[in-house]
Amino acid sequence: MKSTIKKIAAFGLAALMTASALASCGGSGDKSSEASKTDSTASTASKLGDGSKGKVYWLNFKPEIDETLQALAKDYTKQTGVEVKVTTAASGTYSQTLTSEMDKSNPPTLFVIGNQQGVKEWGDYALDLTNTDIAKELNTDAYNLTDDNGKLVSIGYCYECYGIIANPDLIEKAGHKMDEIKNFEGLKAVAEDIHKNADKLGFDAFSSSDMDDSSSWRFTGHLANLEYFYEEKEAGGWKECPATLTGKYMENYKNLYDLCINNSLTDPKDLATGGHDAENEFKTGKAAFFVNGSWEYAAVSEDVKNATMIPYYCGVEGEEKAGLNCGTENCWAVNANVSGDDQQATIDFMVWLVSDKNASAKMVEQLGIMPYKNAAESTNGFLNDAARYTEEGCYVMDWATNYQPNVDEYRAALVSALNAYNADQSDANWDAVKTAFVDGWATQYKAANAQ
Amino acid sequence: MEKRRPKLKIFKNPLRRWGWLFLGPMAAAFIIGFVWPFIQGIYLSMCQFKTISMAKFTGFDNYVKAITDPSFIHSFWYTALFAIVSVVLINVLAFTVAYFLTQGIKGSNLFRTVFFMPNLIGGIVLGYIWSMIFDGILSHFGTSILMETSFGFWGLIILMCWQQIGYMMIIYIAGLQAVPEDILEAAKIDGATKKQTLFRVIIPNVMPSITICTFLSLTNGFKLFDQNLALTGGQPFIIQADGSSIKTTEMLALNIFNTFYGSNTASSGQAQAKAVLFFILVAAIGLIQLAATRRKEVQQ
Repeated sequence: MKSTIKKIAAFGLAALMTASALASCGGSGDKSSEASKTDSTASTASKLGDGSKGKVYWLNFKPEIDETLQALAKDYTKQTGVEVKVTTAASGTYSQTLTSEMDKSNPPTLFVIGNQQGVKEWGDYALDLTNTDIAKELNTDAYNLTDDNGKLVSIGYCYECYGIIANPDLIEKAGHKMDEIKNFEGLKAVAEDIHKNADKLGFDAFSSSDMDDSSSWRFTGHLANLEYFYEEKEAGGWKECPATLTGKYMENYKNLYDLCINNSLTDPKDLATGGHDAENEFKTGKAAFFVNGSWEYAAVSEDVKNATMIPYYCGVEGEEKAGLNCGTENCWAVNANVSGDDQQATIDFMVWLVSDKNASAKMVEQLGIMPYKNAAESTNGFLNDAARYTEEGCYVMDWATNYQPNVDEYRAALVSALNAYNADQSDANWDAVKTAFVDGWATQYKAANAQ
Repeated sequence: MEKRRPKLKIFKNPLRRWGWLFLGPMAAAFIIGFVWPFIQGIYLSMCQFKTISMAKFTGFDNYVKAITDPSFIHSFWYTALFAIVSVVLINVLAFTVAYFLTQGIKGSNLFRTVFFMPNLIGGIVLGYIWSMIFDGILSHFGTSILMETSFGFWGLIILMCWQQIGYMMIIYIAGLQAVPEDILEAAKIDGATKKQTLFRVIIPNVMPSITICTFLSLTNGFKLFDQNLALTGGQPFIIQADGSSIKTTEMLALNIFNTFYGSNTASSGQAQAKAVLFFILVAAIGLIQLAATRRKEVQQ
């Protein structure tokens, strides 16, 4: 009798141990998914299955819209009975999360391929969206991404714009008018005057240009776009990532960059570490200019009612006709390796998001503008600025930045070079910035395209 | 005629009969959680892959690319230098602290606790905290830990000493307390000075502790990742004339990580090859060091 109890106890303990030991391996254990073994090119738009039988799993990369998406997912499930799961991986860890999620037996059916590098890395996993229901809803194909064979890999679900956010009230307080800023000379005169009188005025021209990870992209990604864009414009538009840059407009990048760091609240030497809250400096009226994008509208317009956005004026000829930088990294791709039912369910869900009155209104509220025929109107002041520039006949500066090869490595090197330049604004240090900017592009292009 | 074979003893003893049941779960977990991924890792190091279920075999290409990568070579030497300096400093300081805390100083239990505490904080957190501390000081001089390779190097050394000394100290204290009283007494009676007692009696007797502490600090030095990532993340870079950059404070593990998520679809395999080389290196160094210090251990 006793020995039976012992045996049972032993067995129980052993089972418990197995369970606890294996629990830690959970989630990563199921690697041999049938789904991911299916041929990636097998499915096309015409062969899609029955959407009502499928399910949707969206791996989202914008933390700020997570809450909205969760609510929308619930609504959709209530209305249609289709299961929708939304998981958010912050943009910094998106590629890591996507890599591991794609290997699971229930991989994301909807994910983000936001730039040309993404197309290179994940294009094989994306369904060709040509002529799908969602593609037919678009009102422009300006924000779509295609691969070298013309496959429609991903389509934009919203677009954004960036430039220099300005506080007209402060500029008037300093004795200037927004009308004076029509080109780089105008911007420079106003900014330098404000900086000179900063003590008297109680505010400075530019908010801090921190070089830590939470802020450096404003300069290595966004501001850098002016160089790429004018090169692209001169070349008659880029269809794919160029292997090299000429660096012809580096001087213009330097013009605006120098203006930002030298007419600001923060000593350039202190920028490497970061820790200055540029958004807050602008919101609390400590700075008149803030280099950022349309996603800041909600946060900024609460405090700065008249906030407006002006283009990157940098001393290029004819820049009086420049508009804002419009583009997107928010592009949906549908997983080519999930069942036809899931693909159809996913596309149905996407169509609902961009055409349903309530759903699209909520999306637009968070995302700004959606390039779809039946989507709600935008309420974002900066995007409306962008539209106004276009109406006035200004050229849109598209996001040539999206072509940055090996984007993380490329930008990291640029940050390091800019740190050295901020500490000591010598010609030698600027040459290193140029090298990282121009030659770094060629090097990273080679690395990204090596087989 | 035929002798009945005696029943194997193993089946008689119930504990032995049920041994597999106790061994089994851990063995299974070990195989699933370690052995299998390890074998798969070696296989993947010879593949080109993005997700591991769609891997394409490419042979030894990845290894060639890994050992010809200048950033890998740089990080190797940087790591080696770091490991040597940190092993020496950590062990000397930990032993010193342990020695004084076994001399019957008042409040030594409190000191032990305080010294051990940094070890309970995670590496990433430590990295960010220390980067604030260093930058707080360096900003007075108009610079930052991200600006100079030597700042990054010594910063990481200070951080690692601060974190590891307490842990090694505990091991040394255990070793020191295990030195038999009678040997110490004999040394005293024979008229040995304090210095002689330390080098001739105590140190040979704590050799097992020294073995384990050098092993731990050496492999920790080589495997260091989180602190490196959080403190400098490889900055500053040297921008070379061809536009490529060398991350001057990037150690091996971080280099592997950056390669994996860094450049292109072919780079995951290359990172995997680096990881296999890394394993061989750390295992070899660890074993050589163990063999070398074991020889110096004395039997009591």
